[in-house]
Amino acid sequence: MKTATRSSTWTCNQREFWSGVLFTVIGAGFAAGALNYKLGKSAEPGPGYFPLGLGLILAALGIAVLLRSLSRGPSDKQGRIGKVAWRPLAVVVFAVLMFGFAMPRLGLIVTMPLLVFITSLAGDEFRWREAALTALVMTAASWLVFVVGLSMSLPVWPRLSGMGG
Amino acid sequence: MDLLHNLALGFSTALNAQSLLYALIGCVLGTLIGVLPGLGPIATIAMLLPSIYALDATPALIMLSGIYYGAQYGGSTTAILINLPGESSSVVTAIDGYRMARQGRAGAALAAAGLGSFFAGCVGTVVIAAFAAPLTELAFQFGPAEYFSLMVLGLTGAVVLASGSLLKAIAMIVLGLVLGQVNTDVISGVPRYSFGIAELNDGIGFVAISMGVFGFAEIIVNLARPADHRTVFTKDVKGLWPTRQDFRDAFPAVLRGTALGSILGVLPGGGALLASFASYSLEKKSRGRADEVPFGEGNIRGVAGPESANNAGAQTSFIPMLTLGIPPNPVMALMIGAMTIKGIQPGPQVMTSNPELFWGLIASMWVGNLMLVILNLPLIGVWIRLLALPYRVLFPAIVGFCCLGLYTLNNSPFDVYLGALFGVLGYVFHKLNCEPAPLLLGFILGPMMEENLRRTLLLTNGEWQTFLTQPLSAAMLVAAALMVVFVMRPSLKQKRDIAFQDAP
Repeated sequence: MKTATRSSTWTCNQREFWSGVLFTVIGAGFAAGALNYKLGKSAEPGPGYFPLGLGLILAALGIAVLLRSLSRGPSDKQGRIGKVAWRPLAVVVFAVLMFGFAMPRLGLIVTMPLLVFITSLAGDEFRWREAALTALVMTAASWLVFVVGLSMSLPVWPRLSGMGG
Repeated sequence: MDLLHNLALGFSTALNAQSLLYALIGCVLGTLIGVLPGLGPIATIAMLLPSIYALDATPALIMLSGIYYGAQYGGSTTAILINLPGESSSVVTAIDGYRMARQGRAGAALAAAGLGSFFAGCVGTVVIAAFAAPLTELAFQFGPAEYFSLMVLGLTGAVVLASGSLLKAIAMIVLGLVLGQVNTDVISGVPRYSFGIAELNDGIGFVAISMGVFGFAEIIVNLARPADHRTVFTKDVKGLWPTRQDFRDAFPAVLRGTALGSILGVLPGGGALLASFASYSLEKKSRGRADEVPFGEGNIRGVAGPESANNAGAQTSFIPMLTLGIPPNPVMALMIGAMTIKGIQPGPQVMTSNPELFWGLIASMWVGNLMLVILNLPLIGVWIRLLALPYRVLFPAIVGFCCLGLYTLNNSPFDVYLGALFGVLGYVFHKLNCEPAPLLLGFILGPMMEENLRRTLLLTNGEWQTFLTQPLSAAMLVAAALMVVFVMRPSLKQKRDIAFQDAP
């Protein structure tokens, strides 16, 4: 009980604590998943043998990290997680997802400038002219390198309803 | 005589027009990313992996290795001129190099770094050439048990090198090994952890992980910091040539750094970073002339030693990759990935099955080092001008190239989505102080380890003690255990913490 209250009031090392949670959850999840596959025995290890062992080791390590974090004092400033950079995180991740979604549909010519503009919003300063120039250079460079130079069959133009087969 | 014959074959491969061109491209790119903060060799090589589908294996690998050692040169330039190490291996260079720049001796510092690196690169190349053949012989004696133990040793090396908590570094490795289990089981053909997604049957893309964790996450981290106002000592870069006294001071440091780097580079988990840290402390301990500038205030030995060491280490870390097919660091893991893309099975047989590739790559390193001296010393002005490019312009371009690299992997959006996912995970790792490099190594070695472990068990009817009864295998496991015990010694642990606290 003592440990539970300590963790809920954050008198432990937060970074260590959550690392421990992360490792434990992933390890346990993989170990549980491994039970879906044939385990075999040590003379004849099956596809589930190695993942089960690894998952258990990871979960054990996670618990060790977690327990150790509880013994570390609250004075540890390094242990605080601190502010999360929500804006860069959200903008960059959204831009990347957008790229994946738009590439097959809108092609390089539209997707690349779009990506550059959206990504630019992640920073503190946004300047239209710079973003436009970067978008232009990036689109031209990637077209030259990947489509012309390496002759890859990338979608370049938007797929219009009349054109696609 | 064999060595000479082999080197002749290597140079004839490395000196043809195509190889020279790709070595040059690699060196220019490497210097570029070394100079630009926020883009390391791992992300760059990962970005270029898809493009090597269009190249032959030899020029592709020549280009990729040029990027790796080129980044070591470029990283020192920013360390000296703006106190901002472009690469982690240049962290210690900044201590004395930046002070020299502020005293108007930037030219001498740059020259010491460049010439020292060149010397170290030449020696490193000879070391590779000399040791590759005997090591390959040894590697042929390896059975699955030896391979497994060797990988344990390699991963232990990576743990020892990782900054921060030893326990977390081990957990990150195991996490990498676990992620490597998402694949189709080689022995039974059962798809594992694919959740019905066909793309996952071949496993999680290595490129998606490295781009996410080292590309996207790093950008998010950089953007969270307030924009820095750098002062570049551009006007002070005159009189590149060091004085005679500088030469006399720097040369022994270069020799020591090269020797240290060559040895540390070969160790699994070693490479450029460890070498430069070790060399700096060695220089601090060894005595120079009586009236020399103290360390931390612009001592040329503090630049020449670590820079030679990191370059020598970068070179010799190719040895385990080339001879055993086992990567000592994430960059070498990418090189193995590149070989696999080109249909070359990494391992000791590369030397006999692809001698032009093997020796050509080694010879090209010497050629590349020569190019880098030319690129970095007389053309220093060009790179300095690049430093003026603000980060707000750079990062959208980096994201753009990463996305495109991911998309072109399979010409499908799947890897792009995975990259975004690992970007988030990479940011979580950063927030939790978990170093991602060991994860990547574990991820690469995971499937290889599993295969060798299961083969050993199959061959010996499930006898785990085989790993300890085979002398070679036992020796490697003992070495791994000793490494862990060694770093856990309290006095060393403290030093290790201090060394890594200087790192950004």
